[in-house]
Amino acid sequence: MKPDITYLKQLSSQVRRDILRMVHAVQSGHPGGSLGCTDYLVAMYFHFLKHQPKKFTMDGKNEDIFILSNGHISPALYSVLARSGYFEISELATFRKINTRLQGHPTTHDYLPGIRIASGSLGQGLSVGIGAALTKKLNNDKCIVYTLHGDGELQEGQIWEAAMFAAHHKVDNLIATIDYNKKQIDGSTDEVMSLGNLKEKWQAFGWEVLEMNGNNMENLITTIEKAQTYLGKQKPVVILMHTEMGQGVDFMMGTHKWHGSPPNDEQLKTALAQLEETLGDYK
Amino acid sequence: MKKYEILGNKDTRSGFGEGLNELGKINPNVVALCADLIGSLKMDDFKKNFPERFFQTGIAEANMIGIAAGLTIGGKIPFTGTFANFSTGRVYDQIRQSVAYSEKNVKICASHAGLTLGEDGATHQILEDIGLMKMLPGMTVINPCDFNQTKAATIAIAQHNGPVYLRFGRPKVPVFISENTEFVIGKALLLNPGTDVSIIATGHLVWEAIKAGTILAEKGISAEIINIHTIKPLDEEAILMSTKKTNCVVTAEEHQKNGGLGDSIAQLLSEKFPVPHEFVAVNDCFGESGTPEQLMQKYGLTSEAIVSAAEKAIKRKNS
Repeated sequence: MKPDITYLKQLSSQVRRDILRMVHAVQSGHPGGSLGCTDYLVAMYFHFLKHQPKKFTMDGKNEDIFILSNGHISPALYSVLARSGYFEISELATFRKINTRLQGHPTTHDYLPGIRIASGSLGQGLSVGIGAALTKKLNNDKCIVYTLHGDGELQEGQIWEAAMFAAHHKVDNLIATIDYNKKQIDGSTDEVMSLGNLKEKWQAFGWEVLEMNGNNMENLITTIEKAQTYLGKQKPVVILMHTEMGQGVDFMMGTHKWHGSPPNDEQLKTALAQLEETLGDYK
Repeated sequence: MKKYEILGNKDTRSGFGEGLNELGKINPNVVALCADLIGSLKMDDFKKNFPERFFQTGIAEANMIGIAAGLTIGGKIPFTGTFANFSTGRVYDQIRQSVAYSEKNVKICASHAGLTLGEDGATHQILEDIGLMKMLPGMTVINPCDFNQTKAATIAIAQHNGPVYLRFGRPKVPVFISENTEFVIGKALLLNPGTDVSIIATGHLVWEAIKAGTILAEKGISAEIINIHTIKPLDEEAILMSTKKTNCVVTAEEHQKNGGLGDSIAQLLSEKFPVPHEFVAVNDCFGESGTPEQLMQKYGLTSEAIVSAAEKAIKRKNS
């Protein structure tokens, strides 16, 4: 199916508005990485994933499965889940509030449709994705498992345990994506704990490595399509996705400062003025 | 005192291995993972008979727990196998977030628990694992007492939907539970009815409790002996019924006093029926190298220690 790039871009603008309004409303949450990963999540949920938002099941048999490992970008995930029909868009207004299903970090605990694993403590999602991929193979289910990780998250050792396992066991029905924005809470990844040559690292672990611009919808579509052609070839696949933390809001870009800080009233107004309300804000 | 015949000497881990292999035959959804300890965990038969359902993870326990959590998405029932230390303390956050909080149907199967691991010493002798696991909401914690009970428990937990911690050990110990004894999660086993003191034991200490009961009987003391194999959920009814009859209690376990079975029972009794309570457990220290027998002797986890504790509890009750 040919993607409707214009519609996907409209969605991205609306999801970015949702993210900013959600974190502003509770004065907490993580806008930076959420804005950076918006285009990727829109491409996944509105173009690539074979899924049934209205008939969510934990098992997800004969559906593609998406695992968010960097759970702090929950506002972006909740927005795409709501806008693709997993739950009412109005529920976005409950984000991080008492008794909400939209917890600060995603959880299965409150039975929010679309969530299959809790995440927040970093480094665990690749292992979980590999497990789900192994079950798909055992069930003779041809669908795909996708995972998303932060680049700072690669400092966790479990990621590399999982990387080794996936190559050894030829987990070739999985596409992992790294949000390669080169920033984390305390500063740039180079300052905090350099990641070195990520492409060579993943290659050395036995993975097929692709790179893409995660803030360019056309490039996202063609690269993920290309990644899919590498499936079933005895190797796991990873995409290094170059993004800009805070993408879409000029004063949030080029810095790590908006990783976990919400905008104030004035800043929200300035930010929203840069993003068209394409599909209607949640009430 | 009821006589218990020794049916053989076998390690509880072999009970796990046989149970797992049995499950492989009867439940196609059961899968198993091991972090480079197949022989120690007695998982060889499952691996040989069901190779497509067995995953070697290498020495990477955190990843093993995460993969197990993922395998449940789509209906598999994963059994992970490694030493108790590496099954709990080493991977606590993975169990907490990806298994317990995510309510995944993972069975964490842990061998070489406690002091009876022996010569490898304290790095491997975890005595805190029951406490770590029972604190997690929704986690079932089981510590069977012999080969037959471990095999039955292994088979039973596949039928239970939810995370389970199954703890067993390394040495060969007496087999005394008949193989026909049904294993019901959360249901205490009354091994000997008595009136003077309740001795409530788990794991390897259950056989010591039976030996203690015989010694006490010779002294004219009637001990009620209860096997708690499921530490969580605790069979509160059985414990309260016994304690209301005997009015004093001894708990016995191969674990720290902090966080163990005795600690769970103390919480129950302090709320519902306070009575004198003596603990046979390790008291806030690490283990060391030695033979299992030497270690159990040195750290006071013996039938003699249970006898002394029972006499002390009875004395406190009567004073």
